[in-house]
Amino acid sequence: MAEKISLLVNGGKITADAGVSLAAALMNAGFVRFGTSVMAEPRGPLCGMGICMACRVQVNGQRGIRSCQTPVREGMEVVLDA
Amino acid sequence: MPEPSTPVESCDVLVAGGGPAGIAAACTAAASGAAVILVDDNSAPGGQIWRSRRKHPQKGLAGDWLAKFSAVTVRRLFGHRVVAAPQPRLLLVEGPDGAVFIRCGKLILATGARELFLPFPGWTLPNVVGAGAIQALTKSGLDVRGKRVILAGSGPLLPAVAAHLKHAGADVAFIAEQASAAKLLRFGFGLLGRSGKLRQAFTLWRRIRPWRITPGSWPVCVEKSESGLKVVIQSGVARHTLYADYLACGFGLVPNNELAILVGCAVGSGGFVQVNHENAASVDWVYAVGELTGIGGVEKGVVEGQIAGSAATKQAVDRVLLRQRAAAVKFAAALADTFALRAEVRNLADAQTVICRCEDVRLAALSGLQDARELKLQTRCGMGPCQARICGPILQLLGLPGQPSVRPPIQPCRLKTLAAQIKE
Ligand SMILES: Cc1cc2nc3c(=O)[nH]c(=O)nc-3n(C[C@H](O)[C@H](O)[C@H](O)COP(=O)(O)OP(=O)(O)OC[C@H]3O[C@@H](n4cnc5c(N)ncnc54)[C@H](O)[C@@H]3O)c2cc1C
Ligand code: FES
Repeated sequence: MAEKISLLVNGGKITADAGVSLAAALMNAGFVRFGTSVMAEPRGPLCGMGICMACRVQVNGQRGIRSCQTPVREGMEVVLDA
Repeated sequence: MPEPSTPVESCDVLVAGGGPAGIAAACTAAASGAAVILVDDNSAPGGQIWRSRRKHPQKGLAGDWLAKFSAVTVRRLFGHRVVAAPQPRLLLVEGPDGAVFIRCGKLILATGARELFLPFPGWTLPNVVGAGAIQALTKSGLDVRGKRVILAGSGPLLPAVAAHLKHAGADVAFIAEQASAAKLLRFGFGLLGRSGKLRQAFTLWRRIRPWRITPGSWPVCVEKSESGLKVVIQSGVARHTLYADYLACGFGLVPNNELAILVGCAVGSGGFVQVNHENAASVDWVYAVGELTGIGGVEKGVVEGQIAGSAATKQAVDRVLLRQRAAAVKFAAALADTFALRAEVRNLADAQTVICRCEDVRLAALSGLQDARELKLQTRCGMGPCQARICGPILQLLGLPGQPSVRPPIQPCRLKTLAAQIKE
């Protein structure tokens, strides 16, 4: 069994296997919409490999972090649609 | 306080990209005794295909080359990306600890390819993803067990991803391949002469047999519904409505040619870098290898990497390699022909379909524009955070006014890196 870690997403706690990407952890926890476009349409990850920027979230106060390229860390504070 | 000046490193050969093609190039160049530096954005060698399976020692081609690579004297800069080329033979590279200039005698470009995305009504909805994307996300921990996935698009990536998803426990409900059955059959017969490829195709087929690939079919539109994504698939003259958790589309691959264009290399149709039989590009200190010169798979990359690695260090190029290259280039042409996108698929977007996802520019806003300048002034198309990585190839495919020009930095980088000055 992979080690479980926990993170805060929009103030709520979710758990994830250590070593997974933040994008995968968020999707596994049921988050579908990661942000909104300039015309307020819902958007989520598209490319899975760091190119499209559609998976960007706020991590520990820093905005614009590509969640598909970011491994989860214990205690991460994540804000979607920041 | 003045910034400490940016360090400068020198080498005979700089290899940009550490996939199969870059690894073969670096190993071959280093064998001549040349000083070689390899730079790759990722934290480990292997590129798109060899990277993720590194948990177990790999067998076959991957294992051989990764072992060879770990034994040669090459300076490895992983987690580093080339962001600019301020002068001929001088590249600006950014890593976790800051920027470095690298001065090189020759540059071998092995920057690979990325997925081609196509616009159709609904393609911007969450859970509509790339085919390579769902594979990458699954490898990085996405749990697809019991999820219904529709795969659509074109090319050998579809069965590869289907097999991968099945192994991960997904329910692959439908595989829509836009190429016609006749074209696939002709391609299949062509493989008879290439036992390796045929074996590969066979293994894949055995693994995904439970669902058939449906040739001559493609997604028309997708919308959100109570039971997940509602996907309309065109199949011949019929239309089916299917429901799924994910719609994963892969319409082909496009070369990561930004660095090549930045250093002045001529690119041909499809954006592929033009090279001669020894993989020399149109700029005399630059070579290009692998997917960058044409989508042909791992074998092509490894062969071209060796050729360029030899040529760049003035070693005689092995004739066997040149013959293998000719065969690989032929195979690449057959792939391109078989999986060429039909007009119906290229023109799925309607007037209200978003073309540039970053700036929400719709197709209607793009009609009637004359050139790239007008495009930029009137729409902001291609000027968002992805820097036209997604919409650039789409504009080209739709025959819309020019893809915005390539400017440094070609990869997102820190402001401090951009301000780096070369001390002569
Ligand atoms: C999404 C996707 C999925 C694929 N899945 C499969 C599969 O399942 N099975 C299969 O047989 N083939 C698959 N392929 C094809 C396979 O990846 C290629 O045949 C092979 O990897 C090509 O090797 P390459 O060395 O030319 O390029 P790549 O393997 O793509 O390597 C290019 C490398 O260059 C790096 N790079 C790019 N730009 C820069 C820069 N500016 N600075 C630093 N580094 C840079 C990249 O990070 C990358 O590591 C896939 C391709 C893609 C794009
Ligand atoms: S999903 Fe495209 S950058 Fe993360």
